[in-house]
Amino acid sequence: MVENRPFLTFVAHAVLIAGVVVVAFPLWVTFVASTLTYEQIANVPMPLWPGDQFLANYGQVLTAGSTKGSAAPVSTMLFNSLVMAVVVAVGKICISIVSAFAVVYFRFPLRRFIFWMIFVTLMLPIEVRIIPTFKVASDLGILDSYLGLTLPLIASATATFLFRQFFMTIPDELAEAARIDGAGPMRFFVDVVLPLSRTNVAALFVILFIFGWNQYLWPLLITGQESMYTVVIGIKRMIVGGDAATEWQLVMATAMLALMPPAAVVILMQKWFVKGLVETEK
Amino acid sequence: MADIRLQGVKKSYTKGILVIHGVDAVIADGEFIVIVGPSGCGKSTLLRMIAGLETITEGEISIGGKVVNQVEPKDRNIAMVFQNYALYPHMSVYDNMSYGLRIRGFSKPDIETRVQRAAKILELGPFLARKPRELSGGQRQRVAMGRAIVREPAAFLFDEPLSNLDAKLRVQMRLEIQKLHRELGTTSIFVTHDQVEAMTLADRMIVMNAGVVEQVGAPMAVYDAPASLFVAGFIGSPAMNFLPGSVRDGRVDVGDGHLIALPQPLLERAPAQVTVGIRPEHLVACAEGDDAFTFPVETIEALGADSMVHGKVGATPLVARVEGHAAPAIGSTARFALMPGRLHFFDTVTGRRLVP
Repeated sequence: MVENRPFLTFVAHAVLIAGVVVVAFPLWVTFVASTLTYEQIANVPMPLWPGDQFLANYGQVLTAGSTKGSAAPVSTMLFNSLVMAVVVAVGKICISIVSAFAVVYFRFPLRRFIFWMIFVTLMLPIEVRIIPTFKVASDLGILDSYLGLTLPLIASATATFLFRQFFMTIPDELAEAARIDGAGPMRFFVDVVLPLSRTNVAALFVILFIFGWNQYLWPLLITGQESMYTVVIGIKRMIVGGDAATEWQLVMATAMLALMPPAAVVILMQKWFVKGLVETEK
Repeated sequence: MADIRLQGVKKSYTKGILVIHGVDAVIADGEFIVIVGPSGCGKSTLLRMIAGLETITEGEISIGGKVVNQVEPKDRNIAMVFQNYALYPHMSVYDNMSYGLRIRGFSKPDIETRVQRAAKILELGPFLARKPRELSGGQRQRVAMGRAIVREPAAFLFDEPLSNLDAKLRVQMRLEIQKLHRELGTTSIFVTHDQVEAMTLADRMIVMNAGVVEQVGAPMAVYDAPASLFVAGFIGSPAMNFLPGSVRDGRVDVGDGHLIALPQPLLERAPAQVTVGIRPEHLVACAEGDDAFTFPVETIEALGADSMVHGKVGATPLVARVEGHAAPAIGSTARFALMPGRLHFFDTVTGRRLVP
C-alpha cells in the first residue's frame, strides 16, 4: 500500500497534472488555431485564446473543403473514414471470434499448426505485405472502393489471439454442461460464448475502430479519387508545399473533426472498455 | 429411470496406457451408487464416460438397456452436476435451469411448471431472477442440481459436487442430496474422494484405485470386510491400523514379541507374509493381559466425543479410538487389547483379503 502523506499526494498530483498539460496543450493549440483567421495564425506569437472564425472555418471544411490541395468536403471524408473504421472493426471481430472459437473448441487436423500460422502473421507488419496486397486488390478491381478500403484489413491475428486467450479462460465444464443440455456447437457459441465475450468485444471494438480510423498508408495506396479519401489522408492533402500555401486554420479544423469520432467512441464505451480489459466474468 | 451397465469398460489416452482397466458394474434402477477413490484413480473419467464426455476405448456402457457407446451426451438422457457447478454466468437462475428444456423444445407452460417444481424442492423460489454470481456456494450448488432435476433424466451423475463447499455446508448438502434421492428415486452415480460422503450417501459404493475397481458393496459391508489393504486403509477415519508380520506356527509375528493367532480356516493356507488390520475403535483399553499391546502415548487428538491415541508398536504406528475424556496422558504407557473377531487378515504381497 502507498502511504497517505500530504507531500506524496502533492508530488503525485503535480506529476499527473504535468502529464495532462503535456498531452492537452497541443490539442488546445489545435482547437484555438481552428477558430482563427489565416493571418492571425501566421502572426508570431500565435494567440492562445479562441478567435471568432469557428463557424466560418468549420462550415467551410465540412461543406466545401480547402481551396488549395485537396478540395473534397471533409464531411465526405468523415463518412469514408467512418465506413472504413466501422467495417474494419466489425469485420475483424466477426472473423476473429469465429476463428478463435474454431481453434479452441474443435479438434480438427492441424489445429495447432493453423493457430500458429495465424499467430505468425502477427509478426509481419502491414508494410511488408502491402505491395502483394495492393496487387491482389488491383487484380480484383476493388481499387477506389469501400471494399478495397476495408476487406484487406479485416483479417486479424491479434484479435483472434485475444479471443483465443479469453475462450481458454472459460471453464471446460461450461461447454460440457451445454453439451449435456443439448446445445450444439453453434448454439453454445450464440447462447454462451458470445454473451460472455461482450466486454471483450466492446474493448476490442474501441481499439479496432481507432486502428481503422487512423489507417494512413493503405487508404493512401488504394484510393485515387478525392471522393474516396479518408479524413486522415484529407488532412495530409490539405498541407501543400510551403507554409504560405497551406490554410492552417482549415487543416486544424479538419484535425479537430477527425479527432471527434474516436474520442466519442472511447468516451461512450469507456465503461465496457475498461471492464473488458480488466475483468473476466466467470 | 433406468439401470446402467458397464461391461469391461477401458480407457486409454495414449495408446497402450490404460487409465481404466476394465470396469464391470451393474447399477440397478433407482440405486444411489458412489464411486470413491483417491485423486487420479479414474473415478471422474469413468463418470465422464458414462456421461458421454469421454470416448470409451473398449467395452460397453448401456443405459436403460440401450448401448450408448456412440450416443451423444444429450441423447443419453442423463443430467450431470459438476464440481464447479458450471452455471451459465450470464443467465438468471431460471434461465440456467430451463436452458436444456428450451433447447429440447418444451412448451413455455411446461418449462414453467417444471422449473417451479424444482425450485420448490430445492427452496430456490426467491432466487429465480438472480444471476449465479449473486448466490452463495450452496445456492449455486442447488441451482446446478435444479438444472438436472428439471430434465427428469434417467440418471443423475454427480462429479464431486460438494468439494467446493465449506465443511458445514457440505454436511447440509449431503443430507439434501439424500432427501432428494428419496423423493425422486432417480438412479444416481456420485463421484467423490471423500469416504464420509461415500459411506453416508451410498446404497452401494464402488471403491476404485489406479483405474481398477477394488471392491463393490454396501457401505457397511465394505467397512466390515474390506477386500484389500487399499480399501481397508481408504474407508474409515482414522484409517485402519496395519501390523505386517510373518507367519510362524499359525501365528503372525508382528514384532515386539506380539503374536496374533490366525483364525482356524486360515491356518492351512496362509501365505508367509500376512498383514493384520484392526480399526482404531476395535482396540480396547485393558488393565492386564498377555495379548495386550503396550506402547508409550505419543500424541492425543481430542475430537470431543472421541480421542485418538497415537503410538508405535515397534516401527508400526498405531491409533486407538477411546471415549473423549478417557484419553491417557501423553508419555504414559497405554495398554490395549485387540477386540476378538474384529481382526482383518491380508496377504502382504498381493494386498488381498484372506477370507476365513
